[in-house]
Amino acid sequence: MPTVDLTINGKAVSVDVEDRTLLVHVLRENLNLTGTHVGCDTSQCGACVVHVDGRAVKSCTMLAGQAAGCDVTTIEGIANGDELHPMQAAFRDNHGLQCGYCTPGMIMSSIDIVNRYGGKLDETTVRHELEGNICRCTGYHNIVKSVLDAAGRMKVSQAAE
Amino acid sequence: MYETTYHRASSVDEAATMFTKGSESKYLAGGHTLIPVMKQRLASPSDIIDLGRIKELIGIEASGDAVTVKAATTHCDVATSKTVQTAIPALAYLASLIGDPAVRHRGTIGGSLANNDPAADYPAAVLAMGATIKTNKRSIAADDFFEGLFATALEEGEIITAVSFPVPAKAGYAKFPHPASRFALVGVFVAKTKSGEVRVAVTGASQSGVLRVTAVESALQADWSAAALDDVAISDDGLFNDLHGSSDYRAHLIKVMAQRALAG
Repeated sequence: MPTVDLTINGKAVSVDVEDRTLLVHVLRENLNLTGTHVGCDTSQCGACVVHVDGRAVKSCTMLAGQAAGCDVTTIEGIANGDELHPMQAAFRDNHGLQCGYCTPGMIMSSIDIVNRYGGKLDETTVRHELEGNICRCTGYHNIVKSVLDAAGRMKVSQAAE
Repeated sequence: MYETTYHRASSVDEAATMFTKGSESKYLAGGHTLIPVMKQRLASPSDIIDLGRIKELIGIEASGDAVTVKAATTHCDVATSKTVQTAIPALAYLASLIGDPAVRHRGTIGGSLANNDPAADYPAAVLAMGATIKTNKRSIAADDFFEGLFATALEEGEIITAVSFPVPAKAGYAKFPHPASRFALVGVFVAKTKSGEVRVAVTGASQSGVLRVTAVESALQADWSAAALDDVAISDDGLFNDLHGSSDYRAHLIKVMAQRALAG
Protein backbone atom coordinates (compact mmCIF):
# COMPACT_ATOMS: atom_id res chain seq x y z
CA MET A 1 0.00 0.00 0.00
CA PRO A 2 1.22 3.53 -0.71
CA THR A 3 2.67 5.53 2.14
CA VAL A 4 1.29 8.97 2.93
CA ASP A 5 3.47 11.36 4.92
CA LEU A 6 1.84 14.30 6.64
CA THR A 7 2.01 16.37 9.80
CA ILE A 8 -0.80 15.88 12.30
CA ASN A 9 -1.04 18.20 15.29
CA GLY A 10 2.61 19.12 14.89
CA LYS A 11 3.91 15.55 14.65
CA ALA A 12 5.24 13.99 11.46
CA VAL A 13 3.35 10.79 10.73
CA SER A 14 3.54 8.21 8.02
CA VAL A 15 0.64 5.89 7.24
CA ASP A 16 0.24 3.03 4.80
CA VAL A 17 -3.23 3.26 3.29
CA GLU A 18 -5.12 2.39 0.13
CA ASP A 19 -5.40 5.24 -2.36
CA ARG A 20 -9.16 5.42 -1.82
CA THR A 21 -8.76 6.17 1.90
CA LEU A 22 -10.30 9.41 3.11
CA LEU A 23 -8.41 11.75 5.41
CA VAL A 24 -11.02 11.29 8.15
CA HIS A 25 -10.41 7.54 8.18
CA VAL A 26 -6.65 8.02 8.48
CA LEU A 27 -7.30 10.22 11.50
CA ARG A 28 -9.82 7.95 13.18
CA GLU A 29 -8.67 4.46 12.23
CA ASN A 30 -4.93 4.68 11.65
CA LEU A 31 -4.12 7.31 14.25
CA ASN A 32 -6.94 6.74 16.76
CA LEU A 33 -7.77 10.44 16.71
CA THR A 34 -11.48 9.78 17.13
CA GLY A 35 -12.39 13.32 18.11
CA THR A 36 -13.03 14.05 14.43
CA HIS A 37 -16.46 12.61 13.67
CA VAL A 38 -18.23 11.33 10.58
CA GLY A 39 -21.79 12.63 10.67
CA CYS A 40 -23.35 12.62 7.23
CA ASP A 41 -20.48 11.40 5.05
CA THR A 42 -21.93 13.58 2.26
CA SER A 43 -19.95 16.83 2.79
CA GLN A 44 -22.84 18.63 4.43
CA CYS A 45 -22.82 18.32 8.23
CA GLY A 46 -19.32 19.50 9.12
CA ALA A 47 -18.70 17.06 12.02
CA CYS A 48 -15.47 16.02 10.27
CA VAL A 49 -13.97 19.50 9.89
CA VAL A 50 -10.23 19.75 10.52
CA HIS A 51 -7.67 22.35 9.47
CA VAL A 52 -5.45 21.52 6.50
CA ASP A 53 -2.65 24.04 6.05
CA GLY A 54 -4.60 26.44 8.25
CA ARG A 55 -7.95 26.19 6.47
CA ALA A 56 -11.11 24.46 7.67
CA VAL A 57 -11.96 21.54 5.39
CA LYS A 58 -14.27 18.55 5.51
CA SER A 59 -12.00 15.58 6.07
CA CYS A 60 -14.65 13.18 4.74
CA THR A 61 -14.28 14.84 1.34
CA MET A 62 -10.52 14.71 0.98
CA LEU A 63 -8.40 11.72 0.09
CA ALA A 64 -5.47 10.95 2.33
CA GLY A 65 -3.23 11.35 -0.72
CA GLN A 66 -4.45 14.90 -1.24
CA ALA A 67 -3.31 15.72 2.28
CA ALA A 68 0.19 14.31 1.76
CA GLY A 69 2.76 16.90 2.80
CA CYS A 70 0.09 19.00 4.53
CA ASP A 71 -0.10 20.28 8.05
CA VAL A 72 -3.30 18.93 9.61
CA THR A 73 -4.77 20.10 12.91
CA THR A 74 -7.58 18.16 14.59
CA ILE A 75 -9.65 18.85 17.69
CA GLU A 76 -7.03 16.90 19.68
CA GLY A 77 -4.35 19.39 18.65
CA ILE A 78 -5.73 22.72 19.79
CA ALA A 79 -5.53 22.66 23.59
CA ASN A 80 -2.32 23.76 25.25
CA GLY A 81 -1.68 20.79 27.56
CA ASP A 82 -4.45 20.84 30.16
CA GLU A 83 -5.50 24.33 29.17
CA LEU A 84 -8.42 24.35 26.78
CA HIS A 85 -8.25 26.40 23.60
CA PRO A 86 -10.30 29.61 24.13
CA MET A 87 -12.90 28.27 21.68
CA GLN A 88 -13.25 25.03 23.69
CA ALA A 89 -13.49 27.01 26.93
CA ALA A 90 -16.14 29.29 25.45
CA PHE A 91 -18.24 26.32 24.27
CA ARG A 92 -18.07 24.88 27.80
CA ASP A 93 -18.87 28.16 29.54
CA ASN A 94 -21.75 29.06 27.21
CA HIS A 95 -23.32 25.60 27.10
CA GLY A 96 -22.51 25.50 23.38
CA LEU A 97 -23.05 21.74 23.18
CA GLN A 98 -25.52 19.15 24.27
CA CYS A 99 -24.82 15.69 22.83
CA GLY A 100 -21.44 16.87 21.59
CA TYR A 101 -21.38 14.97 18.33
CA CYS A 102 -21.07 18.04 16.10
CA THR A 103 -18.85 19.90 18.58
CA PRO A 104 -15.36 19.00 17.25
CA GLY A 105 -16.35 20.19 13.77
CA MET A 106 -18.12 23.24 15.19
CA ILE A 107 -15.02 24.21 17.16
CA MET A 108 -12.63 23.70 14.23
CA SER A 109 -14.89 25.70 11.90
CA SER A 110 -15.35 28.40 14.53
CA ILE A 111 -11.61 28.83 15.08
CA ASP A 112 -11.25 29.20 11.31
CA ILE A 113 -14.02 31.84 11.30
CA VAL A 114 -12.33 33.87 14.05
CA ASN A 115 -8.98 33.53 12.26
CA ARG A 116 -10.53 34.96 9.09
CA TYR A 117 -12.65 37.70 10.63
CA GLY A 118 -10.62 38.64 13.69
CA GLY A 119 -12.62 40.92 15.99
CA LYS A 120 -15.06 41.95 13.23
CA LEU A 121 -17.58 39.24 14.00
CA ASP A 122 -21.24 39.75 14.68
CA GLU A 123 -24.09 37.32 15.19
CA THR A 124 -25.28 37.44 11.56
CA THR A 125 -21.80 36.68 10.26
CA VAL A 126 -21.31 33.78 12.67
CA ARG A 127 -24.65 32.24 11.71
CA HIS A 128 -23.86 32.62 8.00
CA GLU A 129 -20.35 31.22 8.36
CA LEU A 130 -21.58 28.19 10.32
CA GLU A 131 -23.91 27.10 7.54
CA GLY A 132 -21.68 24.12 6.77
CA ASN A 133 -21.98 22.76 10.32
CA ILE A 134 -25.19 21.11 11.41
CA CYS A 135 -26.28 20.69 15.04
CA ARG A 136 -29.49 18.87 15.89
CA CYS A 137 -29.53 19.66 19.63
CA THR A 138 -28.84 23.24 20.49
CA GLY A 139 -30.79 25.31 18.01
CA TYR A 140 -27.44 27.07 17.46
CA HIS A 141 -28.18 29.87 19.90
CA ASN A 142 -25.51 28.95 22.44
CA ILE A 143 -23.06 27.93 19.73
CA VAL A 144 -23.24 31.44 18.28
CA LYS A 145 -22.83 32.90 21.78
CA SER A 146 -19.77 30.67 22.29
CA VAL A 147 -18.12 31.76 19.05
CA LEU A 148 -18.65 35.44 19.80
CA ASP A 149 -17.33 34.97 23.34
CA ALA A 150 -14.29 33.08 22.04
CA ALA A 151 -13.61 35.73 19.40
CA GLY A 152 -13.09 38.19 22.24
CA ARG A 153 -10.92 35.78 24.23
CA MET A 154 -8.80 34.87 21.19
CA LYS A 155 -8.20 38.53 20.47
CA VAL A 156 -7.01 39.02 24.05
CA SER A 157 -4.77 35.95 23.98
CA GLN A 158 -3.28 36.95 20.60
CA ALA A 159 -2.61 40.45 21.93
CA ALA A 160 -0.81 38.94 24.93
CA GLU A 161 1.56 36.89 22.75
CA MET B 1 -15.66 3.82 -2.74
CA TYR B 2 -14.23 1.41 -5.27
CA GLU B 3 -10.49 0.98 -5.47
CA THR B 4 -8.59 3.55 -7.45
CA THR B 5 -5.03 4.74 -7.98
CA TYR B 6 -4.15 8.26 -6.93
CA HIS B 7 -1.56 10.33 -8.80
CA ARG B 8 -0.46 13.85 -7.93
CA ALA B 9 0.60 15.82 -10.97
CA SER B 10 3.15 18.60 -10.69
CA SER B 11 2.48 20.15 -14.10
CA VAL B 12 -0.33 20.30 -16.64
CA ASP B 13 1.72 18.32 -19.16
CA GLU B 14 2.48 15.63 -16.61
CA ALA B 15 -1.22 15.42 -15.70
CA ALA B 16 -2.22 15.00 -19.35
CA THR B 17 0.34 12.20 -19.76
CA MET B 18 -0.81 10.47 -16.57
CA PHE B 19 -4.39 10.66 -17.81
CA THR B 20 -3.66 8.70 -20.98
CA LYS B 21 -2.05 5.85 -19.01
CA GLY B 22 -5.13 4.91 -16.97
CA SER B 23 -7.91 2.76 -18.39
CA GLU B 24 -10.55 5.14 -17.05
CA SER B 25 -8.85 8.21 -15.66
CA LYS B 26 -10.50 11.21 -14.01
CA TYR B 27 -9.02 14.54 -13.07
CA LEU B 28 -9.44 15.65 -9.47
CA ALA B 29 -9.40 19.36 -8.60
CA GLY B 30 -11.02 20.29 -5.28
CA GLY B 31 -12.81 16.96 -5.23
CA HIS B 32 -16.05 18.32 -3.84
CA THR B 33 -18.12 16.65 -6.51
CA LEU B 34 -15.94 13.77 -7.60
CA ILE B 35 -15.20 12.37 -4.13
CA PRO B 36 -18.87 12.37 -2.98
CA VAL B 37 -19.84 10.72 -6.27
CA MET B 38 -17.12 8.10 -5.85
CA LYS B 39 -18.29 7.46 -2.29
CA GLN B 40 -21.76 6.75 -3.65
CA ARG B 41 -20.15 4.37 -6.15
CA LEU B 42 -21.65 6.35 -9.00
CA ALA B 43 -18.16 6.88 -10.39
CA SER B 44 -15.31 4.41 -10.30
CA PRO B 45 -12.28 5.86 -12.05
CA SER B 46 -9.31 3.52 -12.37
CA ASP B 47 -6.95 6.45 -11.85
CA ILE B 48 -7.35 9.85 -10.26
CA ILE B 49 -5.03 12.61 -11.45
CA ASP B 50 -4.84 15.35 -8.81
CA LEU B 51 -4.54 18.81 -10.38
CA GLY B 52 -4.94 20.64 -7.07
CA ARG B 53 -1.24 21.22 -6.40
CA ILE B 54 -0.12 22.34 -9.84
CA LYS B 55 1.35 25.79 -9.22
CA GLU B 56 0.75 27.02 -12.78
CA LEU B 57 -2.99 26.41 -12.22
CA ILE B 58 -3.35 28.60 -9.13
CA GLY B 59 -3.72 32.36 -8.98
CA ILE B 60 -5.60 35.40 -10.22
CA GLU B 61 -4.28 38.00 -12.65
CA ALA B 62 -5.71 41.26 -13.93
CA SER B 63 -4.49 42.65 -17.21
CA GLY B 64 -6.07 45.44 -19.18
CA ASP B 65 -9.74 44.72 -19.49
CA ALA B 66 -9.74 41.15 -18.22
CA VAL B 67 -9.45 39.19 -15.00
CA THR B 68 -7.97 35.73 -15.42
CA VAL B 69 -8.67 33.13 -12.75
CA LYS B 70 -6.48 30.06 -13.05
CA ALA B 71 -8.37 26.80 -12.92
CA ALA B 72 -7.32 25.34 -9.56
CA THR B 73 -8.00 28.59 -7.69
CA THR B 74 -10.44 27.94 -4.85
CA HIS B 75 -13.80 29.64 -4.41
CA CYS B 76 -12.50 31.18 -1.18
CA ASP B 77 -9.54 32.74 -2.99
CA VAL B 78 -11.80 34.21 -5.67
CA ALA B 79 -14.26 35.53 -3.06
CA THR B 80 -11.53 37.23 -1.03
CA SER B 81 -9.29 38.39 -3.90
CA LYS B 82 -8.82 42.17 -3.85
CA THR B 83 -8.27 42.01 -7.62
CA VAL B 84 -11.62 40.33 -8.24
CA GLN B 85 -13.43 42.43 -5.64
CA THR B 86 -12.21 45.59 -7.36
CA ALA B 87 -12.62 44.61 -11.03
CA ILE B 88 -15.69 42.34 -10.93
CA PRO B 89 -17.31 42.51 -7.47
CA ALA B 90 -20.25 40.40 -8.67
CA LEU B 91 -17.86 37.51 -9.38
CA ALA B 92 -16.31 37.71 -5.90
CA TYR B 93 -19.82 37.82 -4.44
CA LEU B 94 -20.90 34.78 -6.47
CA ALA B 95 -17.88 32.81 -5.24
CA SER B 96 -18.74 33.74 -1.64
CA LEU B 97 -22.16 32.06 -2.03
CA ILE B 98 -20.91 28.66 -3.20
CA GLY B 99 -21.50 25.85 -0.70
CA ASP B 100 -20.17 26.68 2.75
CA PRO B 101 -16.78 27.92 4.00
CA ALA B 102 -15.14 24.47 4.12
CA VAL B 103 -16.38 23.70 0.62
CA ARG B 104 -15.05 27.06 -0.61
CA HIS B 105 -11.64 26.19 0.84
CA ARG B 106 -11.36 23.18 -1.48
CA GLY B 107 -13.66 23.65 -4.48
CA THR B 108 -12.17 25.22 -7.62
CA ILE B 109 -13.48 27.21 -10.57
CA GLY B 110 -12.04 24.78 -13.11
CA GLY B 111 -13.61 21.81 -11.37
CA SER B 112 -16.98 23.53 -11.22
CA LEU B 113 -16.92 24.37 -14.94
CA ALA B 114 -15.64 20.98 -16.08
CA ASN B 115 -18.41 19.31 -14.09
CA ASN B 116 -21.08 21.76 -15.34
CA ASP B 117 -23.64 20.88 -12.70
CA PRO B 118 -26.93 22.48 -13.83
CA ALA B 119 -27.23 24.17 -10.42
CA ALA B 120 -23.63 25.36 -10.04
CA ASP B 121 -22.95 29.10 -9.73
CA TYR B 122 -19.89 29.72 -11.90
CA PRO B 123 -21.47 28.73 -15.24
CA ALA B 124 -23.89 31.68 -14.89
CA ALA B 125 -21.02 34.16 -14.48
CA VAL B 126 -18.97 32.63 -17.29
CA LEU B 127 -21.87 32.65 -19.76
CA ALA B 128 -23.23 36.08 -18.80
CA MET B 129 -19.85 37.79 -19.01
CA GLY B 130 -18.87 35.96 -22.19
CA ALA B 131 -15.71 34.62 -20.56
CA THR B 132 -13.16 32.50 -22.37
CA ILE B 133 -12.23 29.08 -21.06
CA LYS B 134 -8.60 28.27 -21.65
CA THR B 135 -7.46 24.67 -21.79
CA ASN B 136 -4.17 22.91 -22.39
CA LYS B 137 -5.18 22.65 -26.05
CA ARG B 138 -7.21 25.76 -27.00
CA SER B 139 -9.47 28.62 -25.97
CA ILE B 140 -13.22 28.04 -25.88
CA ALA B 141 -15.81 30.83 -25.87
CA ALA B 142 -18.43 30.54 -23.11
CA ASP B 143 -21.15 30.36 -25.77
CA ASP B 144 -19.56 27.18 -27.14
CA PHE B 145 -18.54 25.57 -23.84
CA PHE B 146 -21.72 24.50 -22.05
CA GLU B 147 -23.52 21.59 -23.72
CA GLY B 148 -26.31 20.66 -21.31
CA LEU B 149 -26.43 18.71 -18.05
CA PHE B 150 -22.91 17.84 -16.90
CA ALA B 151 -21.76 18.13 -20.53
CA THR B 152 -19.15 20.52 -21.94
CA ALA B 153 -17.09 21.02 -25.07
CA LEU B 154 -14.06 19.53 -23.28
CA GLU B 155 -12.54 16.55 -25.04
CA GLU B 156 -11.32 13.41 -23.30
CA GLY B 157 -8.25 14.29 -21.25
CA GLU B 158 -8.46 18.04 -21.92
CA ILE B 159 -7.64 20.23 -18.90
CA ILE B 160 -9.08 23.67 -18.15
CA THR B 161 -6.13 25.87 -17.24
CA ALA B 162 -7.80 29.27 -16.70
CA VAL B 163 -10.90 31.36 -17.22
CA SER B 164 -10.58 34.86 -18.58
CA PHE B 165 -13.41 37.25 -17.73
CA PRO B 166 -13.71 40.50 -19.69
CA VAL B 167 -14.36 43.20 -17.08
CA PRO B 168 -18.01 44.22 -17.57
CA ALA B 169 -19.37 47.75 -17.35
CA LYS B 170 -22.03 46.49 -14.95
CA ALA B 171 -22.75 43.11 -13.39
CA GLY B 172 -24.73 41.53 -10.60
CA TYR B 173 -25.66 38.10 -9.28
CA ALA B 174 -28.52 36.88 -7.14
CA LYS B 175 -29.24 33.34 -6.09
CA PHE B 176 -32.14 31.62 -4.42
CA PRO B 177 -30.24 28.77 -2.76
CA HIS B 178 -31.65 25.41 -1.86
CA PRO B 179 -31.58 25.71 1.94
CA ALA B 180 -29.76 22.41 2.54
CA SER B 181 -27.37 22.01 -0.38
CA ARG B 182 -26.77 25.74 -1.10
CA PHE B 183 -26.96 24.89 -4.79
CA ALA B 184 -28.97 27.37 -6.83
CA LEU B 185 -32.67 26.68 -7.14
CA VAL B 186 -32.36 29.66 -9.45
CA GLY B 187 -29.34 31.92 -9.86
CA VAL B 188 -29.25 34.85 -12.26
CA PHE B 189 -26.16 36.71 -13.43
CA VAL B 190 -26.78 39.99 -15.25
CA ALA B 191 -23.97 41.72 -17.14
CA LYS B 192 -23.51 44.66 -19.47
CA THR B 193 -20.28 44.52 -21.43
CA LYS B 194 -18.15 47.59 -22.01
CA SER B 195 -19.40 47.62 -25.60
CA GLY B 196 -22.97 47.85 -24.26
CA GLU B 197 -24.23 44.32 -24.91
CA VAL B 198 -26.50 42.92 -22.18
CA ARG B 199 -26.13 39.23 -21.37
CA VAL B 200 -28.16 37.40 -18.72
CA ALA B 201 -27.50 33.80 -17.71
CA VAL B 202 -29.56 31.57 -15.44
CA THR B 203 -28.36 28.54 -13.52
CA GLY B 204 -30.32 25.99 -11.50
CA ALA B 205 -33.55 26.36 -13.44
CA SER B 206 -33.20 24.63 -16.76
CA GLN B 207 -33.13 21.01 -17.80
CA SER B 208 -30.54 21.95 -20.38
CA GLY B 209 -28.17 23.51 -17.84
CA VAL B 210 -27.07 27.13 -17.75
CA LEU B 211 -28.78 29.26 -20.36
CA ARG B 212 -29.30 32.83 -21.52
CA VAL B 213 -32.71 34.44 -21.17
CA THR B 214 -33.37 36.57 -24.22
CA ALA B 215 -36.60 38.10 -22.87
CA VAL B 216 -34.69 39.55 -19.92
CA GLU B 217 -31.75 40.56 -22.08
CA SER B 218 -33.82 42.59 -24.54
CA ALA B 219 -35.74 44.35 -21.75
CA LEU B 220 -32.48 45.31 -20.03
CA GLN B 221 -30.85 46.29 -23.31
CA ALA B 222 -33.52 48.99 -23.58
CA ASP B 223 -33.48 49.95 -19.89
CA TRP B 224 -30.96 48.63 -17.33
CA SER B 225 -33.26 48.65 -14.32
CA ALA B 226 -35.25 46.26 -12.16
CA ALA B 227 -38.46 48.05 -13.17
CA ALA B 228 -37.79 47.21 -16.83
CA LEU B 229 -38.53 43.58 -15.98
CA ASP B 230 -41.90 44.15 -14.26
CA ASP B 231 -43.92 43.17 -17.32
CA VAL B 232 -41.52 40.64 -18.83
CA ALA B 233 -43.03 37.16 -19.19
CA ILE B 234 -40.64 34.27 -18.55
CA SER B 235 -41.55 30.97 -20.18
CA ASP B 236 -41.39 27.85 -18.01
CA ASP B 237 -40.63 25.70 -21.05
CA GLY B 238 -37.82 23.27 -20.33
CA LEU B 239 -37.42 24.34 -16.69
CA PHE B 240 -37.01 21.78 -13.92
CA ASN B 241 -40.24 20.65 -12.36
CA ASP B 242 -39.31 18.61 -9.29
CA LEU B 243 -39.79 18.29 -5.54
CA HIS B 244 -37.69 21.41 -4.97
CA GLY B 245 -39.92 23.64 -7.09
CA SER B 246 -42.36 23.59 -9.99
CA SER B 247 -41.36 24.96 -13.37
CA ASP B 248 -43.65 28.00 -13.11
CA TYR B 249 -42.22 28.76 -9.65
CA ARG B 250 -38.72 28.64 -11.13
CA ALA B 251 -39.81 30.88 -14.04
CA HIS B 252 -41.10 33.40 -11.50
CA LEU B 253 -37.84 33.16 -9.56
CA ILE B 254 -35.84 33.96 -12.71
CA LYS B 255 -37.53 37.35 -12.89
CA VAL B 256 -37.26 38.03 -9.15
CA MET B 257 -33.60 37.01 -8.99
CA ALA B 258 -32.80 39.09 -12.09
CA GLN B 259 -34.35 42.10 -10.39
CA ARG B 260 -32.38 41.44 -7.21
CA ALA B 261 -29.19 41.03 -9.23
CA LEU B 262 -29.77 44.44 -10.75
CA ALA B 263 -30.43 45.98 -7.37
CA GLY B 264 -27.34 44.40 -5.80
